[in-house]
Amino acid sequence: MTVSSSHKAKGGDDLPLAISLSGVSKTFGAVRANDDISLTVQSGCIHGIVGENGAGKSTLVSILYGFYQADQGEIAVDGKPVHIRSTYDAIAVGIGMVHQHFMLVPPFSVLENIILGHEIKAGARNLKEAKAQARDELIALSETYGLTVDLDARVEDLSVGLQQRVEILKALYRGARILILDEPTGVLTPQETVQLIEVLKSHRDQGVTVLLITHKLREIMAITDHVSVMRGGKMVDHLATATTSPEELAQLMVGRKVLVNANYHDATPAGVQMQVSDLTLTGASGMPLLRGISFDLKAGEILGVAGVSGNGQSELLEVLSGITAPTQGQVTIGSTVISPEAGLSPRDIKALGVAHVPEDRHAMGMVLPFTAAESAALGYEDQPALGTSMWFRPAAIEDHCASLMRDYDIRPGNPKLKSNLFSGGNQQKLVLAREMSAAPRILLVGQPTRGVDIGAIEFIHQQLIDMRDQGCAILLISVELDEILSLSDRVMVMNAGQSMGIVNKADANAQSIGLMMAGVQ
Amino acid sequence: MADLWLQFILTIDATFRVATPLILCAMAGIFSERSGIIDISLEGKMLMAAFTAATIAALTSSPLLALGAAVLVSVVFSLIHGFACITHKGNQVVSGLAINILASGLTVTLGIAIFSQGGQTPYLSGDQRFSSFDLPFAEAARSVPILGTIYAELISGHNILVWVALVSVALTGVVVMRTRFGLRLRAVGEKPEAVDTAGISVTILRYQAVVIAGVLCGIAGAYLSIAHGAGFVREMTAGKGYIALAAMIFGNWRPLQALYACLMFGFLDALAARLQGVDLPYLGQISTDLILALPYVLTVVFLAGFIGKATPPAAIGTPYVKER
Amino acid sequence: MSTTLPRWIDVGLLPLINILAAFIVSGVIIALIGENPFTALTVMLKGAFVYKGALGYTLFYTTNFIFTGLAVAVAFHAMLFNIGGEGQAMLGGIGIGVVALALGGLVPPVLVVLLAIPMSALMGAIWGIIPGWLQAKRGSHIVITTIMFNFIASSIMVWLLTGPMLREGQISPESEHFADGVLLPQMHTLFNAMGMEMARSPLNLSFVLALVMSVVGWALIWRTRLGYTIRATGHSEKATIYAGHSPQKIIMITMAISGALAGMMALNEILGVQQKVILGFTSGYGFTGIAVALMGRNHPVGILFASLLFGALYQGGAELDFEFQNITREMVLMIQGLIILFSGALVYMFNPMLERIYHRLTRGNALTQEEGA
Repeated sequence: MTVSSSHKAKGGDDLPLAISLSGVSKTFGAVRANDDISLTVQSGCIHGIVGENGAGKSTLVSILYGFYQADQGEIAVDGKPVHIRSTYDAIAVGIGMVHQHFMLVPPFSVLENIILGHEIKAGARNLKEAKAQARDELIALSETYGLTVDLDARVEDLSVGLQQRVEILKALYRGARILILDEPTGVLTPQETVQLIEVLKSHRDQGVTVLLITHKLREIMAITDHVSVMRGGKMVDHLATATTSPEELAQLMVGRKVLVNANYHDATPAGVQMQVSDLTLTGASGMPLLRGISFDLKAGEILGVAGVSGNGQSELLEVLSGITAPTQGQVTIGSTVISPEAGLSPRDIKALGVAHVPEDRHAMGMVLPFTAAESAALGYEDQPALGTSMWFRPAAIEDHCASLMRDYDIRPGNPKLKSNLFSGGNQQKLVLAREMSAAPRILLVGQPTRGVDIGAIEFIHQQLIDMRDQGCAILLISVELDEILSLSDRVMVMNAGQSMGIVNKADANAQSIGLMMAGVQ
Repeated sequence: MADLWLQFILTIDATFRVATPLILCAMAGIFSERSGIIDISLEGKMLMAAFTAATIAALTSSPLLALGAAVLVSVVFSLIHGFACITHKGNQVVSGLAINILASGLTVTLGIAIFSQGGQTPYLSGDQRFSSFDLPFAEAARSVPILGTIYAELISGHNILVWVALVSVALTGVVVMRTRFGLRLRAVGEKPEAVDTAGISVTILRYQAVVIAGVLCGIAGAYLSIAHGAGFVREMTAGKGYIALAAMIFGNWRPLQALYACLMFGFLDALAARLQGVDLPYLGQISTDLILALPYVLTVVFLAGFIGKATPPAAIGTPYVKER
Repeated sequence: MSTTLPRWIDVGLLPLINILAAFIVSGVIIALIGENPFTALTVMLKGAFVYKGALGYTLFYTTNFIFTGLAVAVAFHAMLFNIGGEGQAMLGGIGIGVVALALGGLVPPVLVVLLAIPMSALMGAIWGIIPGWLQAKRGSHIVITTIMFNFIASSIMVWLLTGPMLREGQISPESEHFADGVLLPQMHTLFNAMGMEMARSPLNLSFVLALVMSVVGWALIWRTRLGYTIRATGHSEKATIYAGHSPQKIIMITMAISGALAGMMALNEILGVQQKVILGFTSGYGFTGIAVALMGRNHPVGILFASLLFGALYQGGAELDFEFQNITREMVLMIQGLIILFSGALVYMFNPMLERIYHRLTRGNALTQEEGA
């Protein structure tokens, strides 16, 4: 089969259907995660499903893999109606899944992980024989698909890319002819992503059907034959990849035209607020996490930090905010120096006028079981308006939270409500409001719009630009390249813990930055 | 010298007797905890089993029936633990604690109701119990120096449940480390999601694990009241379940190492009994109470990472909830 | 686990249902051994509240549970499971004993008492902070280390009371009697001195101290910055670090406070009644503290109610010994085990059922209102 054969008009194809869903719905509490979903996937194709966070993609494939059961709707695999009540059923009809978070037992060997649940195939009398048998089969399998991996290595010793390879091999070993991959490239380096794409293409050529879940349009365009778009729990459209464009897909995903460079206007940077020189951080295992990062951050500018997730951005943010001490180099803020010897805590750095919107608002930015008011005081609970170093004053922090809720349009506007009852966008606005209301000289922002709805994104972007115009020095870290490009006055690109260089607004575009992100200078 | 040798052999012999319930409970703990379920209710299950065994032995005079009943009751308590921790995702420590306290109260209450002897069961005579038996030629071997004494005093003269305990270690080792069930058991204690996505039920696996733990605790309880002892007395487990838990941790959740830990803790116990009131050269009288505290101190030191590194199953203590 | 039920059901009705379930099962067992469960209950209630002096005894036991319950609750707010209350209380008792025996007769009794009170807390705190340090700095699981520390404390007690601290010429393990006047005043003497009638009971000033500590505990958790930080640490260590605190330090401080509260339980038994250190004076109160904290939802008000329940159970249970042939106070242990099971491990078993009923009822309401409109 050739790729082009599957590029014929959708639906008009005679190829057998690997998967066909009709009228699938699933509700969690009050949330309708999947609403009347219909989908057909042709056999031997790579079919993409795109959508924003929370569009219902993961729920849909979880239903297909038997992790959840649909409230309504029919599923057919290879033309035959099936009832998938458990993961076991899904495996039995030939569906395999590579989860976003790997389902591997870290201290087990690769071989043990792969055979788990399907240990003893016909002929073996005990586990030892079964392992020997599986080994032969796996060696053959890995040659066919070009998936080389040491079967005796412990999974916890493998890189993320190799672990993913183990997951794919595991699915194939269990006899999967339909392979579902949920956001497979989020954790991969650019090189690993390229390899994965090759592997998936080879699968297609061997007749395996691939269902690829992602929110990255570049990948969809690069490898899929067909693409389905989800939005707000509904299926919006099905398209042949060759006939569409990233712009069209983006528009379908968000439901309207995305305004790039919305309210951006040129900045008027002033004096240097933060001077970073030769910042180096070495991990516990001796692995270099940051390698000699240097830059200046000026008042009244947004310095964006671009990079594939896991290339040192998180560590940079933690060092600058005082959570982790650097191994080498220094950061100068005013007359204060953060160095390996200085031993400054996040509180000391906050006192210098540095505010920090952390990347992970659930684990770090707020305390989910706390009330909104309590979360809105996190790190500021001893500020004169809120309390003292000794006493905690609920009434004061509730008033404070109520005023933040008014100013930043946070809904529902009830300070006594538990933090985990707010939507992602409102949670993020709360964190942002808390940090901005401290009127910082320097604002460190990590992933400000991760898991945030479109409306809140625009609001948050506007707030950041307003802060900048008021003279605040902003360091913006994001894995969303579009976000970086539309807000930053200068862009620093990080790869493998290093700075690949700083580019001015005028010279920054997806092409050039993308190359730098991949490590090409 | 010969006397010292005999003393030594007798202490080792006592070590095995004391260590038997520890070994059985430690193996029980390994099954439960390797599947991800904390089991501090070893103590309570053993106590219930000891009481049941003594009661049934007194009523029927059949040690086998008594053993069966003890195992059954212990399994029922395992199932309560499973119902709370697996089905209802309750706190495993709290559930274990509840079972221990419940067992303390229930054994005495039922004991008084049935026998009216202040919570004890009647004294059991020889054929109502698992008595010790001598291996062939034990008497004859006694005169042979060294090897003979070892055979006659150490190897011979135990009751059947001592041997069951030792066999249970080998069985636990094979089942946990070498079988398909063991592979799945260890997987579910490390990463239940991996087991679930492989199409295996986490719930069933964990129930199987706690039931096996119940069987082993049942045997341990029966050993106390109808093999080692001759009847039930209130609180007769006296913290042995916790020592077994300590031994299991000290053995890093591995059968053979846990056996060694049980023997070491058993030896300390036997030694303390031997040294009670004995004046040692240079040392004088050693406080046996402090020797008895050593297992706990050693376990703390081990947990603190000062000797070796404790690596508990990664998913222990956390109920498995499918991610939304 | 989250619930969609209103607060009064969650913190009021649900615990009551759980206790009821425990009592029903206990009743069935009582019936099985041939006694009337309702008679037993009546005897217990009379024994706990009605007879002369009964209430004093009930409140005396309640005092123990308030201290150990608060101890567990404070640690719980930092998500630390301190089941070492027994050992911490034993150390508290040793601390009191050392002060009382070393200083008794040398300095005025009042001064001895005033020194013994902080000493009980200090010794308990030490026995709490070590597992706290092991958890914070060495990653040793606090549940296991506190269990071990109970046994270690118990061995120390046995060693002290059969050796260095053993009273001259005494066989049963206990220390010398404290000097005259080295005790906390009993409530009936205080009341009688004030001209108010009160029956004789071991209830002493510790009860007042326990009430004071409840208020202090409440203020600590909900009205101080430390309490806020303790709660934050319990839910998210990362957030605590982000806010500029050290979770390790907080864990150790919390365990010290928790241990101190448990240690103070010894005041009630040793300085309130016994006037000497005896073996086994903690008699499981530390463990019961876990049940108390669970039932009281780690809130001092809830803990007061739960302590009263267990105080009544203990005192009422003692009455069973006199009234029945077949039932003894060990019955109380059984009931206690069942209460921990239902209101601790199976706490949410009845939740789905309650939710269904509640939503059916409220929906029914909404519908009738609509129809009416």
